[in-house]
Amino acid sequence: MAGYVSTATAAPAPRSRASSATSESALVKWTLIAIALAFIVLVLVLPLVTVFIQAFRKGAETYFAALAEKEALSAIRLTLTTAAIAVPLNTLFGVAAAWAIAKFRFKGKQILISLIDLPFAISPVISGLIFVLLFGANGWFGPFFIENGMPIIFALPGVVLATIFVTFPFVARELIPLMQAQGNQEEEAAVSLGANGWRVFWRVTLPNVKWGLLYGIILCNARAMGEFGAVSVVSGHIRGETNTIPLHVEILYNEYQFAASFSVASLLVLLAFVTLIVKGIVEWKHHAATVQTDQQGGH
Amino acid sequence: MASTATKSKRSVLPGFGLTMGFTVLYLSLIVLFPLAGIVLKSAEQSFAELWATISDPRVVASIRISFTTAFCAALVNAVFGLVVAWVLVRYTFPGKRLIDGLVDLPFALPTAVAGISLTALYSPNGWLGSFFGQFGIKTAYSPIGITIALTFIGLPFVVRTVQPVLQDLEKDVEEAAASLGASRFRTFRSVIFPAVLPSLLTGFALALARGIGEYGSVVFISGNMPMKTEIAPLLIRTKLEQYDYVGATTIALAMLVLSFLLLLVINGLQWRANRRTISD
Repeated sequence: MAGYVSTATAAPAPRSRASSATSESALVKWTLIAIALAFIVLVLVLPLVTVFIQAFRKGAETYFAALAEKEALSAIRLTLTTAAIAVPLNTLFGVAAAWAIAKFRFKGKQILISLIDLPFAISPVISGLIFVLLFGANGWFGPFFIENGMPIIFALPGVVLATIFVTFPFVARELIPLMQAQGNQEEEAAVSLGANGWRVFWRVTLPNVKWGLLYGIILCNARAMGEFGAVSVVSGHIRGETNTIPLHVEILYNEYQFAASFSVASLLVLLAFVTLIVKGIVEWKHHAATVQTDQQGGH
Repeated sequence: MASTATKSKRSVLPGFGLTMGFTVLYLSLIVLFPLAGIVLKSAEQSFAELWATISDPRVVASIRISFTTAFCAALVNAVFGLVVAWVLVRYTFPGKRLIDGLVDLPFALPTAVAGISLTALYSPNGWLGSFFGQFGIKTAYSPIGITIALTFIGLPFVVRTVQPVLQDLEKDVEEAAASLGASRFRTFRSVIFPAVLPSLLTGFALALARGIGEYGSVVFISGNMPMKTEIAPLLIRTKLEQYDYVGATTIALAMLVLSFLLLLVINGLQWRANRRTISD
């Protein structure tokens, strides 16, 4: 994922006559650029601009009023709580899975990797459905939890479970290829010098993969805060209680409170911007680190 | 990067038991056991009942709509995604870095936000909806609207799988083709495109798989009319709200099986495309 940052330096601008055989005429080139730009503007930029236009359509006062509303604040709190539980758990899992898969050889490794990717291949609605089957009022274990005063579906635990499920692979899938590519020599050297497992991980492995890890966490967090389908199935839409930010956006929209709905949605756009910016920084750092090691390796 | 094949048979590194144990436990608790519930729940009915649920015209229509709109959107993304990837790899132009970063927006933007925003744009009194309305084309609240939402969702899958392959393409093959007198278009058709095709198919498959299950961006723009613009994930939700757990699970199982078969077919195509490039 990080390779494409180097485009600017990869190919010198093919202006000279000698290279014209392997490049297109200016007409073709600029036509293709125009098509690509038009498509990006139509598909990505216009929807983005629309959010802010709609959010501020009734003025800044309505905008901030929608954000300061009691139900909006409780939705923000629930989203932050959910992410604060789901992201660390999946990060812990991602690191453990990457260590086991990248540093050791065992049978069935490929199957394990495919199973970890499984939640990506499943519709968010189905991801919610499986937890309703388990813990819903008519589900297999639902009545037990409800009788004991700890309902899972239409309550916080269900929202958290569904979020953990849909964000399950992010950190693992970022770390596994990275740690596989880095090999074991550095860790083995550290062990032979007498370092124990934790020390090897903190001092040798973690510094090598920290940018990839951060990238995985950021993506995991963006999805955890923005998940809609799975959470909407298990949440029950109880206002002020089980509504996350995306569900609050939906409720306002369905009540024709468009300006308020887009105001709250603009918070999620800001989250997306932060995610993309951090991603850019991580890729740049990662690229810089790769270039440095290449130079040290002596080409 | 040359260190992939140097793992010793018995690693001296510690922690395999602990990390592997936790990985398998967590995977089983969060993913495998809950998913097994789909199969168990579907098995609570006779085969005749299962078939009656699946062959219900409303269910068939919803699955057909989900698959056809996802297919069209993935096709649009395969064409334009290739152009975007090509332009980002081969040319320099002002604002290129920004565009490159923006391609990932659908990964980072919550689907519900994309949904309400696209609906505002394409509804009959929105900017683009009123434009297309002049020509009698209904965009929002029609299958076209669903396809638009799925195009938004699927774009980065195609661009991000094609881009690295295009990047690693060796220029000397193109030079050889040109020196043998091939036109630029011919070089693209018989040298570049076959090399990119497997990754293009992968991107297509990823966008398709994502589109079939997509919910958040679609429910707002689709209008949700049974038999016309009701997607399969929405029908699952509707059944759940009526406490028809078995019905909901059966549709889910049908969707999972169909997606799996589709990915098998695409994997087969990919394998053939790969083989052709190597044997040529």
